[in-house]
Amino acid sequence: MSPDHTRRGRLRAISSAAGGLLALGALREALKRHRTPPPPPPEGSEDVSEREVPANRRAETVVALLLVLAAFCGFGFTAAYVAAWHHNWLLGLTIGTCLALLAVAFVIAGKLVVPQEIAAEDRGLLLKEEEAEEVADIVEEGGEGISRRKLLTGAAGLAGAGLLTAAATPLASLGPNLDGIHSTPWRRGVRLVDDEGVPYRAEDIEAGTFYTALPEHADPDAFGAGLIVVRLAARYLDLPAARRSWAPEGILAYSKICPHAGCAISLYRYPTYQATSVGPAFTCPCHYSTFLPGEGGRVVFGPAGRALPQLPLMIDGEGHVRAAGEFREDIGPSWWSVHRGDS
Amino acid sequence: MRRLAGRWLHRRARTPAGVRLAAAILCAGFAVTLLSAQATQGAAGPAGTERVLANKQAIAPAPGEMTAPIPSSPALIAQGQRLYANGCSSCHGLALQGRRRVAPALIGVGAGPVDFYLSTGRMPLSNPRDAPLRSPAKYSRTQIDALVSYVSSFGGPPAPDADPSKGDLALGLHLFTLNCAGCHQMVARGGLTVGAVVPSLLEADSRQVAEAVRMGPYVMPHFNSKQIDQHGLDSLARYVLWTHHPDNAGGWGIYNLGPIPEGMAAWFLLALSLVLFARLIGERTT
Repeated sequence: MSPDHTRRGRLRAISSAAGGLLALGALREALKRHRTPPPPPPEGSEDVSEREVPANRRAETVVALLLVLAAFCGFGFTAAYVAAWHHNWLLGLTIGTCLALLAVAFVIAGKLVVPQEIAAEDRGLLLKEEEAEEVADIVEEGGEGISRRKLLTGAAGLAGAGLLTAAATPLASLGPNLDGIHSTPWRRGVRLVDDEGVPYRAEDIEAGTFYTALPEHADPDAFGAGLIVVRLAARYLDLPAARRSWAPEGILAYSKICPHAGCAISLYRYPTYQATSVGPAFTCPCHYSTFLPGEGGRVVFGPAGRALPQLPLMIDGEGHVRAAGEFREDIGPSWWSVHRGDS
Repeated sequence: MRRLAGRWLHRRARTPAGVRLAAAILCAGFAVTLLSAQATQGAAGPAGTERVLANKQAIAPAPGEMTAPIPSSPALIAQGQRLYANGCSSCHGLALQGRRRVAPALIGVGAGPVDFYLSTGRMPLSNPRDAPLRSPAKYSRTQIDALVSYVSSFGGPPAPDADPSKGDLALGLHLFTLNCAGCHQMVARGGLTVGAVVPSLLEADSRQVAEAVRMGPYVMPHFNSKQIDQHGLDSLARYVLWTHHPDNAGGWGIYNLGPIPEGMAAWFLLALSLVLFARLIGERTT
């Protein structure tokens, strides 16, 4: 391409860009021109600032009733949370109705109970005594259209209390269930079963894959129930001295709950050929905390602050895998009252 | 004779003591090196035939389970032997015995791993330390068959296979969620685990899915027929094939990565454009 050509090309680009900008500017101007000024107030219409709203007892009653109903729904949310927490629709219905009733009550109160006034004030000195008094008068007048002030205040207070209680109730869900952390269903002699309740035999546990185990005859939904079970070749076993007997035949069991944020550990890597890849490890899918099963669950990567809790195992005479004791430390996410065991 | 020997022993040395000491140390060093080299070779067995075992072997298909047919003929095996000697033997050994700290033995691995690693282009590796990643296959289908039949002639199970048409899509989704999605992501787009890249399964065919499940390539765990039976395998294959063209509800797919990128698109693109639009139409004119 000759220099002349390039120059012409550039010129064309610049002119088209300028054209685009001009078009944008024209569009903006057109938009501005289309905006018509607000129409002048029609003659003879009522000036809103002069409007008098007389005390409307019926509206006040309705507002109070709505507020009381809203309070009822707010407390209903708390009741539903305590008594029937697994019915999500009930929770949604109560809190939704509470908010809707509050909104209707405020709309009616704003339209029919509180006098409406539009006042424009010229900007001036603020510290003029007579003006301050005027403002105080205006504020006082605002409340004069209400005859049953106490009723409304009481109803509003009740509704507020109901809403606040409803809003604070779910806080109970944030706290950990301490019983589940400090005691799990695992005791000495409890058999490890799969998700269909079939006990695991030691010969079923193969190296190179992983199994999820649950306690026999116990609630599978209990917080500490889930275990991740693997078998490791002897070369990967480097357990602390006190845990040498915890892994019969190289079978190891760890809590499935990550000690960082409580996710279920579901990633397992096991090398096909050790010399050219990484060794066996568990990884949590949430934040990639990585634990070495052969070294007592030691953390080698990620935000977890402590080792994965290990469950001692034994193999009974029939070849079934059983727990050889309880967890020696708390399972689950770490927080200030977690007992870390002797590891 | 004894006198001669005695005289030779008691003769005065012509070489200086320092040189003699150095020579003695050199000789001793040679001897120690030779002995220790022999010792290590003795520990490793006769040179060239020691088998370098892999940690996990592919799981043989159970009786009645589907297997992929391997074409086998003397000509094919001979072709496979030539290809093997050229492309594989520098790491896996001429007798398939493997090489210590470089590559495992291939004796008895069977057809599945060979077909999997070759058809997904993970082998041959230019550097045995590299992670085997999916790439275009280096061999043609016939060449892969030749290598499979050559390695299988040393023993080992046939390759597992899956028939997606017999599978159940819902069961496949269920099994994938339980066993695979942790690493491979819900719609099989892959991801990361610590220490390895998790491949996307967009290019996997049903046979490769079956082989990977049964052998656990690289650092993936493997799953036997007690964990995932043949019907489960068929269903998994059907689900993985479905993820190649998932049902889109419309709009921008964002690689089907799930709600987090979708939410980010909503917040950072849509919300931003709404704010700009509001700014444009809400401009004061007076």
